Amino acid sequence: MPGEEFHEWLRREGRIVIVGASLAGLTAAESLRAGGFAGSLTLIGDEPHEPYDRPPLSKAVLLGRASPEHTELPRRREIDAAWRLGVAATGLDMAAKRVRLADGEEVPYDRLLIATGVRARPWPKEEEARLDGVFVLRTRDDAVRLHRRMAAPPRRVFVVGAGFTGSEIASACRDRGIAVTVAERADGPLVGALGGVVGAVAAELHRDNGVDLRTGVMVTGLEGDTTGRVRAAHLSDGGVVETDVVVVSLGATRNTDWLAGSGLGAGPRGIACDAGCRAFDFRGIVTDDVFVAGDVARSPHPLFGYQFLSLEHWGNAVAQAEVAAHNMISASADRRPHLWVPAFWSSQFGVNIKSVGVPTMGEEIMITQGSLAERRFVGVYGHRGRVIAAVSFDNTRWLEFYQRQIETGAPFPVEYRTVDRRPEGRKPVPADFPDPSLPTHGPTVTLSGYSPADRRLVFTPARH
Amino acid sequence: MRLVVDLNKCQGYAQCAFLAPDVFTMHGEESLVYNPRAGTEQREKVARAVAACPVQAITVEGLREASDAG
Ligand SMILES: Cc1cc2nc3c(=O)[nH]c(=O)nc-3n(C[C@H](O)[C@H](O)[C@H](O)COP(=O)(O)OP(=O)(O)OC[C@H]3O[C@@H](n4cnc5c(N)ncnc54)[C@H](O)[C@@H]3O)c2cc1C
Ligand code: SF4
Repeated sequence: MPGEEFHEWLRREGRIVIVGASLAGLTAAESLRAGGFAGSLTLIGDEPHEPYDRPPLSKAVLLGRASPEHTELPRRREIDAAWRLGVAATGLDMAAKRVRLADGEEVPYDRLLIATGVRARPWPKEEEARLDGVFVLRTRDDAVRLHRRMAAPPRRVFVVGAGFTGSEIASACRDRGIAVTVAERADGPLVGALGGVVGAVAAELHRDNGVDLRTGVMVTGLEGDTTGRVRAAHLSDGGVVETDVVVVSLGATRNTDWLAGSGLGAGPRGIACDAGCRAFDFRGIVTDDVFVAGDVARSPHPLFGYQFLSLEHWGNAVAQAEVAAHNMISASADRRPHLWVPAFWSSQFGVNIKSVGVPTMGEEIMITQGSLAERRFVGVYGHRGRVIAAVSFDNTRWLEFYQRQIETGAPFPVEYRTVDRRPEGRKPVPADFPDPSLPTHGPTVTLSGYSPADRRLVFTPARH
Repeated sequence: MRLVVDLNKCQGYAQCAFLAPDVFTMHGEESLVYNPRAGTEQREKVARAVAACPVQAITVEGLREASDAG
């Protein structure tokens, strides 16, 4: 069948299967229908719940302003899909074009979208991880359990890792008057994602809000009592912190295990795909019927040296799912690239933190507006003489301007005049990112090199 | 009603918090915290917030239906 005819047939009566029924999966399903796909659509999700939104789980839910059970995503349109919820995909046969399910069933497809996202990295010592009172926060079920325990309320919450989620949890604790200790291996919170200059501001934010912040330390062990409840955390500096709730926020692992042996270029760093969301097989050859979107994907971006970006960003999951859906049912000449400029937000201690671009690529930072001391500023990151990213604390209205600077490769240092420029912002300073060869749980943007499908990669998970 | 706010788009202008304060609240100066599940009695207020948002960041399901699980 010539391409045109095939795609017409596909749109009319093809079979599309989506594995992963969350933000990216649902968005793709809606976009497929909006784009005129009239064939059969199957959504497979291992969680028993219909698609829900995760960002509120560490914000509105923990602040007591929303129920952990009710963050379901609004539907933008009818998708007329067969839902297979509560059953995991366990294998993929690319030659036969079938997805194997945990209940033994096999689902055939003409086009497959993989949107299996990531899962929380658990506390590495299994026995300690099983102690009552030790939590992670990724899923609705995690949120329900943590929410219930927070209602008690605990005498102290201990957060392992001061990335975005860990910081938001600490913020919610303080808002509710709960004592909280945060332990972070780096010199400050958010250092992996935003560098040491901004991390120092984040550290002040924690301390001024009454968080017992311990930086430059590792958690060496969690101690339980005779009934199996957690009672203390042990630190590398010899410190012992008594606590009854521990939240492990050590970042995430890609959900690619189910693809082992499938021949797809899938590994611990995700599934490599081209800018059109088509997955690479393990030989580095792009497939024509398997697509990827969301947290599980890593794709090359021309604005960032064609490096493969893996982004754990809400906006990326939406944008990439829309592009994948379009390309799944379009002939090659009509396909679109996923050229989304990374953007992220976080809300903690009443401060709105946002970033655009890829801060971790920045060698230097300049505070072009406002001031670090006031915790209201815009920081611009430079990479080899051009603007590569920007971060704002309570200054979101300016970010769009900086996004255009990134898109147009504007020169760095920033020479033009900006509103509210202070003397401290006239010169760039080192952005102060940790050595990239030491993996941390912090970065939300990971540059993962040029190799599309390096299956022999050795991954060293973060250890605290 | 289910709702979601695209907080990348949101500029923190707080129109929504002013029009539907039981659903949208400001946390600090420009950080928006909202309840993704609003009761049907909030329908009119939420509709006004959606219309007033200068960057169209709010998506709601069930705004128009007569009966809705809420
Ligand atoms: C607490 C929290 C706070 C966050 N806050 C922010 C924020 O402030 N800003 C921001 O930009 N982003 C934030 N994020 C990130 C954002 O939620 C993610 O980027 C987004 O959920 C990615 O969507 P996804 O569909 O790609 O993956 P996921 O949401 O991870 O969904 C993947 C789905 O696939 C399922 N699955 C996995 N394996 C299988 C299998 N083998 N078979 C079937 N199903 C499978 C998973 O169970 C899951 O339901 C936050 C995330 C969390 C957890
Ligand atoms: S009205 Fe729109 S931009 Fe303003 S705070 Fe609400 S969602 Fe954000």
